[in-house]
Amino acid sequence: MMSSAQNVAEVERWASALGGAGIALYGIRQGSAAGAMIAASGGILIARGATGYCPMYAATGVSTADTDTRVALRLGRGGHVEQAATINRSAAELYRYWRNFENLPRFMAHLVSVQQVDQRHSHWVAKAPAGRTVEWDAEIINEIPNELIGWRTVDRADVISAGSVRFTPAGPDRGTEVHLRLKYEPPGGRVGSAVAWMLGHDPRQIIQEDLRRFKQLMEAGEVPTTKGQPRGKQSILNYD
Amino acid sequence: MKALVWHGTNDVRVERVPDPTILNGRDAIVKITSSAICGSDLHLLDGYIPTMQTGDILGHEFMGEVVEVGAENKKLKVGDRVVVPFTIACGGCFFCNRELWSLCDNSNPNAWMAEKLYGYTTSGLFGYSHLTGGFAGGQAQYARVPFADVGPLKIPDGIPDGQVLFLSDILPTGYMAAENCDIKPGDVIAVWGCGPVGQMAIRSAWLLGAERVVAIDSVPERLRMAKEMNRAEIINFERDDVFDRLKSITGGRGPDACIDAVGLEAHGATLDAYLDQAKAAAFLATDRPNALREAIFACRKGGTVSIPGVYGGFLDKIPFGAAFQKGLTFKMGQTHMMRYMKPLLDRIERGELDPSFVITHRLPIDQAATGYRMFRDKQDECIKVVLKPH
Ligand SMILES: NC(=O)c1ccc[n+]([C@@H]2O[C@H](COP(=O)([O-])OP(=O)(O)OC[C@H]3O[C@@H](n4cnc5c(N)ncnc54)[C@H](O)[C@@H]3O)[C@@H](O)[C@H]2O)c1
Ligand SMILES: [Zn+2]
Ligand SMILES: [Zn+2]
Repeated sequence: MMSSAQNVAEVERWASALGGAGIALYGIRQGSAAGAMIAASGGILIARGATGYCPMYAATGVSTADTDTRVALRLGRGGHVEQAATINRSAAELYRYWRNFENLPRFMAHLVSVQQVDQRHSHWVAKAPAGRTVEWDAEIINEIPNELIGWRTVDRADVISAGSVRFTPAGPDRGTEVHLRLKYEPPGGRVGSAVAWMLGHDPRQIIQEDLRRFKQLMEAGEVPTTKGQPRGKQSILNYD
Repeated sequence: MKALVWHGTNDVRVERVPDPTILNGRDAIVKITSSAICGSDLHLLDGYIPTMQTGDILGHEFMGEVVEVGAENKKLKVGDRVVVPFTIACGGCFFCNRELWSLCDNSNPNAWMAEKLYGYTTSGLFGYSHLTGGFAGGQAQYARVPFADVGPLKIPDGIPDGQVLFLSDILPTGYMAAENCDIKPGDVIAVWGCGPVGQMAIRSAWLLGAERVVAIDSVPERLRMAKEMNRAEIINFERDDVFDRLKSITGGRGPDACIDAVGLEAHGATLDAYLDQAKAAAFLATDRPNALREAIFACRKGGTVSIPGVYGGFLDKIPFGAAFQKGLTFKMGQTHMMRYMKPLLDRIERGELDPSFVITHRLPIDQAATGYRMFRDKQDECIKVVLKPH
């Protein structure tokens, strides 16, 4: 991404140029400590709406009837992120690609690799600070072909997380709605800081970018990029 | 290779930069034979478009020869002669499927920036800030063209560059501007701005059956071109009151449709235009919409305002009440290039259309910076500059 801090500042300035009352909305998603703890879509997590029952909610006492992600964040008991995209492909195609977990690192920026161990189990490797990696095992806990995949880390993993993805046809010639939900329990120590590092200050944005790359791969067959293109002499004010 | 590089407001330079390479499977590399400077580039030169970075290569109106093709690109081959549209589109999304090419979901690598400013992202563009992807442009000797199996149009040998180059932007843009007017027999169309886009809009309005076309500007040679080469009636906004003149030309009713081919850097001889300039300088407003205000005000009741002129941010004192009370229709946006390129090429091949009339200057790429200045300051009666990169 060609995102320099300078560009970000400039976009913000524009967005608030005339007082920006209506446009300031997006500011709501600014980072919080809790936000930073949500693990990368990289692999972690569950969808309670999808599975109906989430062991982590039970463990943390968060009501499963509560669907407001921000409530979960405020409680400081782990993170819960949800993002959606509409993709111009059939649910079956999308399901098939996602169900092969080894494809996930192609669009989830923080994953290094996922290895399918058997039909239900997989081994995940994600990036961590200073060139290190974190690893965990995950299992599929819920699966409805062409509709839903739910997974979570297996019992004794350092990173406790769960996720689900649901594919819902959006209507005639309208593609498929993809709802990605992630839930995780903030781990402590080294792994905890690795997870915080992965997500930066805006976990929703990271999940959204992962989902966006999935859409790009499915609709366009590739992720658009400018990395490696020529440019002229740069000022020290540009940082990529 | 040589390329024209942006270094800041009023500072563009030709430099040596690395040659482009294939970065994605559907890419192609084009060796550029002709590349034009556009009014849109002036907004970059003048610092009106945010998210530019020093080192950015400009240019979005170019054509040339394919010299390399990515592994997944099944449509182009080395040696093809192509015109490249300024919008980049994936061909597979909801918007591409509906021929809303400039709204493609998947071609902007910096989609998040556009989402912050506009709610949703629009397509990637060549050489037009990081908000629309930060793609290196075509005022260069070579360019990398992403999704090159969707945009580029093959051109048969034998037609000179000058006749087809403007299929890359201003001809489809002028055409879409006129098409958006939904012209009916007897219609009077008023066009603000007699730059290259305005000239193409005037010509297209005739093609689409306008009864009369009125062109508005203050630059004598541009008004002359509108009148002598494009048969338009003209109004010089520095000499005449545009509203009064339009009203009298149309017998008191007003033009059926108004085209704003000026965009966010309108000049004016009226008080509001000077206020706009001061506000933009102080960043109280981002755009200077003087022509747009006039177009809205002058348009007849129930008419259409078609806006090919570019706007990027916030517009002050738009007479929205007039627009609402008169029940106006607004049509606007970056051009949906691939809807128009092939049909317009056919017209050019049949001899019905020759857009090369706007070219006033041909310069080697080394003089590109001079070309920008001449074009902006209207020196030497400059209307359109075409650069020769090799
Ligand atoms: N929508 C698109 O896809 C698209 C594509 C290409 C260009 N554009 C835009 O179209 C606009 C025109 O492009 P161009 O290449 O012709 O630029 P240009 O700068 O050559 O032409 C603009 C003309 O408008 C005149 N003008 C300024 N203020 C005016 C006013 N108040 N009333 C009437 N005329 C006025 C200027 O004298 C000039 O002749 C620009 O904003 C450009 O960015 C849009
Ligand atoms: Zn242009
Ligand atoms: Zn598309």
